[in-house]
Amino acid sequence: MSVQRSTVIFAWILLLPALLYVTVIVAYPLVDTFILSFTDASLKKTTNWVGWANYDKIFNETFAEVIFRTFVWTFFSVSIKMIIGVFGATMLNAAVPGRALFRVLTMPPWIVPMAIGIFMWGWMYNGQFGMISGMLQNWGIVDGPVAFLARGETAFWATIITDVWIGVPLVTLYMLAAMQAIPQDLYEAAWTDGAGRFYRFRRITLPLLVPSLITMSMLSLIATFNSFDIIWILTQGGPNGETTTMIIDTYRTAIGSKKYGEGAARAVLICIFLSIFCLAYFRVTSRLASGESR
Amino acid sequence: MSQPAMINRYRWYELVAIYCGIFVFLAFILAPFVEGFLVSLKPLGLLFSSPYKFWPQNGSFAAYKSMWVSVPGFARYIFNSFFISSIVTAIVLVLVVPAAYAFARFKFRGSGALLAAFLAVNMFSGAVLLIPLFRLMRSLGVLNTYFAMIVPGVAFLIPSAIWLLRTYMMRIPRELDEAAFVDGASHFYTLRRVILPIAMPGITVVAITTFIGSYAQQFIFALTFNSKTEYMPLPVGLFAYFGRQEVIWNELMAASFVGIAPAVILIFLMQRYLVAGLTAGAVKQ
Repeated sequence: MSVQRSTVIFAWILLLPALLYVTVIVAYPLVDTFILSFTDASLKKTTNWVGWANYDKIFNETFAEVIFRTFVWTFFSVSIKMIIGVFGATMLNAAVPGRALFRVLTMPPWIVPMAIGIFMWGWMYNGQFGMISGMLQNWGIVDGPVAFLARGETAFWATIITDVWIGVPLVTLYMLAAMQAIPQDLYEAAWTDGAGRFYRFRRITLPLLVPSLITMSMLSLIATFNSFDIIWILTQGGPNGETTTMIIDTYRTAIGSKKYGEGAARAVLICIFLSIFCLAYFRVTSRLASGESR
Repeated sequence: MSQPAMINRYRWYELVAIYCGIFVFLAFILAPFVEGFLVSLKPLGLLFSSPYKFWPQNGSFAAYKSMWVSVPGFARYIFNSFFISSIVTAIVLVLVVPAAYAFARFKFRGSGALLAAFLAVNMFSGAVLLIPLFRLMRSLGVLNTYFAMIVPGVAFLIPSAIWLLRTYMMRIPRELDEAAFVDGASHFYTLRRVILPIAMPGITVVAITTFIGSYAQQFIFALTFNSKTEYMPLPVGLFAYFGRQEVIWNELMAASFVGIAPAVILIFLMQRYLVAGLTAGAVKQ
């Protein structure tokens, strides 16, 4: 009995440093955000309790637009990441010469400092001299220069593409690992029965990938919803706020305009959305897990 | 044994299709690097001329020399990036190794919930918590120091490090701990002398992924909590340069490539471990 107790105490001692750290740097700020969202905190010395005023203030038409835009942006980014990721994993999973090298070549966007990859995209999107506009002109697809980051609609898609580019390596390698975990004898049995390559992919690979697909899309959803660096470096939310997502809006309000209270209210809304995603994720995975044990 | 070979034999058009697919995929992944590299070779005059030319004419490595003059803090930025990432990695390891061991070995009331709580940290990006973190850093008096970037950086790298290392440690046979314990070794002794040496490969993987994560993600905290040029890590240092009216693109790209080099060399040396580390958590056991 006492051995049992000393073990538990030991476990807690081991956990304590990490626990304390995360409490001070993550949990406390989380609570503080919540409290701040009910105040008019700013650079002023005094801070007053203002109740729901910050929330009243942000619920207007532009903010509804920002929320809607965030969801559209996230939806397209995650979907494209998953499609390209599964495509890439399928290609890299093929037993062809050179595949070890191809796998390594997939990693750079994920491993290189994010900001630097984004600088390169910034140049590629340049209307006058950038690669994309230049190639399109050389091939005669567009007539004049296209400044991708200067026009609302193209800037919206440009930021999505860059976000996809940064997220794809992780999705690809994760899906590749999941594909390789599928027992080989399933394929061999199907092959013996005369099933073709596409049939095997559709009937064995895809169904068995579903759990990993769900896990990865949820992780990707959370990361994408939080995406800040890409938009901030490329457009800072512009032009005319057409790439302003919730995170960018929060940053502008809190850090740009120093309205901590209003910024905190926005951050609380982001946290609420993230919690909903997480709950949905746990519901889905636990249902999958119970389905497996049946 | 010949069966897997047979099943994987491709017809010539299948091979062509696969290589085309790989080419398209890698073209998307690598295009910015190719373009960035070619830009770094082009003289500024050619860069700012139309029509667009993909290949550099009379390209040179001149920008790689002149950038050290145009970006005066460049060497310092790289040092800062390395310094911050190293300290972050060291702190993460000190915090995570014992915690991962506890989660891998001991079942106690609330251990599952606690692990979930740790993983939930991954849900929040630094951006959401920026305001209170800013106030916290200010009251700790560490704004505009290395610590303003190190302290928050560590917190957001803890969850995945715990998860990775826990997965690794669960594979170490329990009998080893029990044998040491029966021989009268204390818990601490067992951890230090039995588990740590065996877990070293796993700890190395976690150290590498943490370092790379820290090196790759230095942006928002460094942008917000530090305004002193001498402490800026590479991404923020270059961002200040990127934001100017007249960007000398070939030098910016040259600087980016020199800044990327350490990470790329690490990938090539460590890619086996990286993939192993990533997939450890990926596939259900």
